[in-house]
Order: sequence, then structure tokens, then C-alpha cells
Amino acid sequence: MSTKAADVVVIGAGIVGAACAWEFAREGMSVTLIDSGAPGGGATAAGMGHVAVMDDSEPQFALTRYSQQLWREIVDELPDDCEYETCGTLWIAADDEELAEVRRKQQAYTRRGIDAEVLDAAALARAEPNLRSGLAGALRVPGDLVVFPPCVARWLIAGATECGAQVRLGTAAVEISDRGVRLADDSLLPAGAIINATGHGAERLTPGLSLQPRKGHLAITDRYPGFIHHELIELGYLKSAAAVGTDSAAMNVQPRITGQMLIGSSRQTGQESTDVDMAILGRMLRRAMEYLPALARVSTIRTWTGFRAATADKLPLIGRCSSGQRSSQGRLYLATGHEGLGITMAPGTARLLVDAVMGRESAIPPEPYLPARLEKGDSA
Amino acid sequence: MSRQVTVAVNGKSVSVPAGSTAAVAVAAVGLSQFRTSVDGEPRGPLCGMGICFECRVTINGRAHRRSCQTVCTAGMEICTDGP
Ligand SMILES: Cc1cc2nc3c(=O)[nH]c(=O)nc-3n(C[C@H](O)[C@H](O)[C@H](O)COP(=O)(O)OP(=O)(O)OC[C@H]3O[C@@H](n4cnc5c(N)ncnc54)[C@H](O)[C@@H]3O)c2cc1C
Ligand code: FES
Repeated sequence: MSTKAADVVVIGAGIVGAACAWEFAREGMSVTLIDSGAPGGGATAAGMGHVAVMDDSEPQFALTRYSQQLWREIVDELPDDCEYETCGTLWIAADDEELAEVRRKQQAYTRRGIDAEVLDAAALARAEPNLRSGLAGALRVPGDLVVFPPCVARWLIAGATECGAQVRLGTAAVEISDRGVRLADDSLLPAGAIINATGHGAERLTPGLSLQPRKGHLAITDRYPGFIHHELIELGYLKSAAAVGTDSAAMNVQPRITGQMLIGSSRQTGQESTDVDMAILGRMLRRAMEYLPALARVSTIRTWTGFRAATADKLPLIGRCSSGQRSSQGRLYLATGHEGLGITMAPGTARLLVDAVMGRESAIPPEPYLPARLEKGDSA
Repeated sequence: MSRQVTVAVNGKSVSVPAGSTAAVAVAAVGLSQFRTSVDGEPRGPLCGMGICFECRVTINGRAHRRSCQTVCTAGMEICTDGP
């Protein structure tokens, strides 16, 4: 009960909480990181680890680009188990209509300083011989990269620990109050600032966030080195990711440094069970085979699911939480709601929060991500 | 006398009794390493009944086939240089 107050208590040791703990600790602040389970064992272990610049909206572009720059600063230090590789992304256009969209995207990316080139049908076939013939072309974004997220989370936590952070695993936080964070064993962690980085379950500690869990399926294959060379995503994925309330499956296949391939991905709302749903898994695999027919001859060795935390406006919740203000005296900050981009956005999220807590100016405007934009008038 | 089937292991011709599995053909050319593990270690058949997947080889260009479960057919090409 008489624990000395930490400058920051971070709840949740997924990629987002791990990145926060690391950034705060590097600033010389005293940090306690807590997780009810294993570090990186939540959505972070389920995700694909694609670190991609995305342009669904200006703020999405700003945060993904900023974060990818921050990723580049650390990738050379990552140990081998983090499986880092800059394989680039191919956004595949199936027909001329999608190719027109590819051209628009190419301009949008290059205008903002991101390398991107349009591949015509022949260039696409040369780049990825296992794709079916008859595709219209693709947008190649060479700077996108891939990591193995749970190992990165572990590495970030080790870095935070080296800077003096305390890590408490195996005990859940059950309440955030004006006195600090109360754990399931009834101990109390007093804190200057509290970061709720508990992913899609963040509402259990901070009610009223209106997060929607979106279930996703993935499959991983045995090792087939050289089968594909880029992360291959059908352009229609963007529509699929943006559509709220309907089940969808879009082709998203990622080469791993091991020669394996991760095959995704599906989106389902209103699901609570973590079980693999054969119907949607089948739909997802058939979709991938429509683009990569030779996948039919490939062995899949494991399938699993995970949940993304979606917000109403498709942007994450990063910054001070005003709805929890009265009970936590304005010390509560949120870092969740990243939907399918939490791996990508983790480093930028952590920097924005450090800036917010320390009262510094950020490298990108923080307003679009502030939780206040989605809060209902009445605060708790 | 049983009928023989001729297959190629890493390009080398070998005849085995009809009904033999690809694992028999690989062993018949004197090889015990069927593939190489992630860590670069030699691997070969362990269970002989399709459970352990240790005996995988490339058959007619298709990787990760269990040699203990695949019956040799005339002209089959078996390669042990796979992952
Ligand atoms: C199928 C799929 C594919 C994806 N692909 C990508 C991709 O390619 N690129 C990308 O950028 N993103 C991707 N994502 C999204 C990404 O995985 C998530 O956005 C990200 O992992 C979220 O990280 P997090 O740290 O916020 O949450 P989590 O990893 O879920 O971490 C939350 C942690 O909080 C802990 N916790 C929860 N409640 C409590 C409590 N009360 N007390 C203590 N601890 C608690 C949990 O144990 C957990 O460890 C994908 C997601 C899915 C499902
Ligand atoms: S030896 Fe075990 S599967 Fe073939």
C-alpha cells in the first residue's frame, strides 16, 4: 500500500504499451508497466506485423508515416527473432477501375514524399510470378516493412527495464481512480500519469469509449522461400477494412523472412469467441487463391484469430481522457483504438503521449487522435 | 519377384519395389538427410506414419510432401534439398 508513486503507470504490455513504457523510461521518468498476461500476448501476437503507410485520411497518413520513420530508427537494433525485413507492399489492381485508383494513390504518396511507383500488368507479372495472369497492375510502396510484433514488444520492454522501468506481469488492473491503479491483488499503484493501453478491452477500465472489437483470422504456411517477394494486398482490402458492420475477407499475403507466408485477412463484428470460424477462414483462403492460384499446393500449418479495436472514425484514441477525468483527476491517458494498424502506429503513439504528458509540442498535430473528439457530452 | 518402379532422387535414378514409399527411395540411394531444419540441422523420417512431418521432401516440384506417405510412381522426381 505504501508504494512510491511512479511518474507513469502503463497498463497493458502489448506493442502499444511496450512502446510507451520504453519512450517514457528513455525520458528518465519512473515507469511501471503492468499486464495481466504475457507481454505481447494480446492482439500483438495475433497481428501480421506489416508496418505500412496508409492514406485513408490525412491524420491516418500523418501518423503512419511518422511511425514508420520511428520504426526505421530502431529496426537495425532489433534482434533476429523480430524478423524485420523491408519487403515493400504491392497494392494489387484487378481491373482498370482499380488501376485508376492505384494512379491516384501513387500521386498522393509521392506528393507527400513517400516512394511509390505504378507497375503495369507486365511489370507486376515479372515482380510476382505466382500471381494469376490478367491483373491490371499494382502500386509498389518499397519502404513498407514487416516485423514479428510480440518479439518487438519484448525487446521494447527489455529496453524500458534497462532504463529503470518496473514490470509487473500476471496481475490485472481492476480500477483506475484518483489514487492510482488498483490491481486484482488489491494493491494500489499511485501514479503521476496513467496510460490505458489495454487494447480492445480498454473499456473495462475506462467505460464509454465505444470501441468495437473486429475479429480477424490469419493462417501461416510452411516455408516456401521466394514464393512471393512483397506483401501483396488487393486494393479492395481498403474497402473491406473501411466497411463497418459487414463481414469481409480480402487478400493480404505476407512473406516472412523464414520463407513462410502469412495469409489474411478477415473482419467480423459482433463476435466474442476466439474460435476459428471455418466459413470465414475458407472464404479468406479462397480469396487469396483467386490471386495466387499456386497457394492451393501449399501447406498451412496453423490458423488463429485476434481482435482489432475499432473506433467510429477509424482513428486511434491517443491522449488525455476527459471522460474519466473526475475519477482520475485528469491523469488518465488513452492509447488504444488502432484497429488494424496498432503495430504500425505504436512508436508514433508513444511519442505523442510522452509529448502530451510532458507538455511538449509534437512532431505531428495531435488533435485528430485526442479521445475528446468521440466522447459523449456527459463525462463520468 | 516383385515389380520394380524407377524414380529419381536428386536426379539420380533408382529402382524400388512397386508400392514403396518415397522415403524408401531416398534411403535406397543412401541418403539419411531428407531436408534441412530451420536451424540448419539434418532431418529425416521419425514416425513413419504421417504424424511428425520430419520426412518432408519435394516431390515433382511440390515442396513439403511427406515421403513416408507418398507411394512411388514411375518417373517421380524426389528432391531432398528443401527446407
Ligand atoms: C488479424 C490481425 C492482423 C493485424 N495485422 C496488422 C498489421 O499487419 N499491421 C498493424 O500495424 N497492425 C495489425 N493488426 C493490429 C494490431 O495487431 C493491433 O492494433 C495491436 O496489436 C494493438 O496493440 P495493443 O498493445 O494496443 O493491444 P494488445 O496487444 O491487445 O495488448 C493489450 C494488453 O493489455 C493487457 N490487458 C488487457 N486488460 C488488462 C488489464 N485489465 N490489466 C492489465 N493488463 C491488461 C492484455 O493482456 C494485453 O497484453 C492486426 C490485428 C489483427 C487482429
Ligand atoms: S516420418 Fe513422420 S510423417 Fe513421415
